[in-house]
Amino acid sequence: MAIIEIKGLEKTYQVYQKKEGLRSSLRGLFSREYKQVKAVQGIDLQIEQGEFVAFLGPNGAGKTTTLKLLSGVIHPTSGTATVLGYTPWQRDNEYRRRFALVMGNKNQLWWDLPAQESFRLHQQIYRIEADVFQNTLDELTDLLDLQDLLQQPVRELSLGERMKMELTAALLHSPEVLFLDEPTIGLDVVAQHNIQQFLKYYQQKRKITILLTSHYMKDVAALCKRVVIIADGLIKYDGSLEGIIKSTDQRKLITLQFRDAIDDSLLAALKKFGNVTDVETPRIKLTVTRDVVPRMLSTILDGYQVDDVVVEDPPLEDVIATVFSEVTAGRVQQIDDDEFESIGDGQGL
Amino acid sequence: MTITTVEDNRIPLRARFTTWWVIFRIAMEERFVYRGDFALGTLMRFLPIITQIFLWTAIFQASPESKIAGYTRNTVIAYYMLTMISRAFSSMPGLCGGIALQVRNGEIKKFLIQPVDMLGFMLLGRVAHKAAYYTIAVVPFAFVFFLCRDFFDGWPDVEVLIAFCLSLFMGFLLGFFIEASLGLVAFWFLEVSSLVFIYNLLSFFLSGHMFPLNLLPGWAYEIVKVLPFQYLAYMPAAIFLDKIPRSELWTSLANEACWLLVFVVLARIMFQRGIQRYSGFGG
Repeated sequence: MAIIEIKGLEKTYQVYQKKEGLRSSLRGLFSREYKQVKAVQGIDLQIEQGEFVAFLGPNGAGKTTTLKLLSGVIHPTSGTATVLGYTPWQRDNEYRRRFALVMGNKNQLWWDLPAQESFRLHQQIYRIEADVFQNTLDELTDLLDLQDLLQQPVRELSLGERMKMELTAALLHSPEVLFLDEPTIGLDVVAQHNIQQFLKYYQQKRKITILLTSHYMKDVAALCKRVVIIADGLIKYDGSLEGIIKSTDQRKLITLQFRDAIDDSLLAALKKFGNVTDVETPRIKLTVTRDVVPRMLSTILDGYQVDDVVVEDPPLEDVIATVFSEVTAGRVQQIDDDEFESIGDGQGL
Repeated sequence: MTITTVEDNRIPLRARFTTWWVIFRIAMEERFVYRGDFALGTLMRFLPIITQIFLWTAIFQASPESKIAGYTRNTVIAYYMLTMISRAFSSMPGLCGGIALQVRNGEIKKFLIQPVDMLGFMLLGRVAHKAAYYTIAVVPFAFVFFLCRDFFDGWPDVEVLIAFCLSLFMGFLLGFFIEASLGLVAFWFLEVSSLVFIYNLLSFFLSGHMFPLNLLPGWAYEIVKVLPFQYLAYMPAAIFLDKIPRSELWTSLANEACWLLVFVVLARIMFQRGIQRYSGFGG
């Protein structure tokens, strides 16, 4: 049975609409207009034990709402969901001891006290045995390199250190399911990398199920085999990261380093194959479609002296930006069933 | 009343006490972080007593009577000093606004995600804040009372002292649950500062903070007597000064217990309804 099972989940918010100006402010004192905003519009999703799934989507797509529904913070308008067999919004204490939610922009630790004190409180709230608590804490602080910071008030920690502490607090009770909402938001590259490495190691070791939302494609590429794209409250894609690239972007970026300067005839020959994006003679960059690559390379390598060739996929950010613009424009992607099956059988990770 | 993990009846009492102790200890430690603010806040509470002494001296000098509604100048000043103690128990600075802020900025989520009862957690936090305050304030309190000992007629008997302590204890709980209920209104209105203002205003006059309530005209006193505010300042002071007839002493405390129960239940219902509403509409 799937660890997370979502069927027809919908969430509609009521949002107060106020027109500009004092008059409408005064009118608002007596009667208010509300707009129904459908944050999630009928999601079906199954996540198996041990999967590390990324939730991607433009701002306001419904990612955080879904995480809030799954962690029981909000009630759905309709539909069902079970996590570990529990209905999240019933907020069963047993369920609350078995999952954790970390929000990158929300602080759960006591601001003025050292994190060690918050950890001690978590030990009590989650009823963790003293020796288990100490072992877990030692393991986590060791992995995240936090030993020297445990006695320092949280307010005096850097953003990266604070996020590591938040993660430690969330993992102390060894949750089986972890929801991560933008865990690397605002962090520098090194801190992001550290958190990624930690999450990767920890997830593989403990085989816990993680659902992550992030705008940093590096997080997603480093951590998640399965990607769910959500836009306008609907799932638009569910499959592998490679699958998105394959299905949405047929381009390759090619960099050629010639021995001699690039002349007009060479430039004209290259332009026949694709779009030249940068010329810094004797180096040239161009974008071509996938199927053209072999033909182009054989033609060029036969006719010219080439010192170096680099063929790469377009940056992930560009691909995802294309996907987002396509899904929001209504061109719905096909669900990649093959990928779904392979991960669904638990072989994906 | 249970404090944390309400539904878990299986958890042994000892484990619960350890949890409560850790919450209490951490909240108390947090209180001592800002030493300067804490010390200043503690000492400033004593300033108004000087103005009160001058005020009531002037009132009694202008009055042809040496007693007003059974109070001499000394008893009124003693009364005022005792209400300082009552209010040290029943006032809850920042509680109502704090709850409202947590609702508004979403911090309340923490209590929905973790297996912990918010009201119980906050109550323990408040006990810790009060304990931290008394630990430091006991010295200046004792000193001021020693200096002003002549305003008192001596110690009351044991029965009155027990009733006094009980009324202080219930005053603390009543103050907590009234303000918590007000704060929980934020689930419906988000901003509660005007409500807090009205409450503080009413409490200021109707709790007997400024003057003994039985100085009020008879009809007004009869109204005030049925309201819960008197337990926040007037009742403990009046008990100590033996102004409550013995026959009414325990009935008054029973009434206070009833009000306490009303607000405990009200806060609980509001919390349950509030989080249902929050999770239904907001988040």
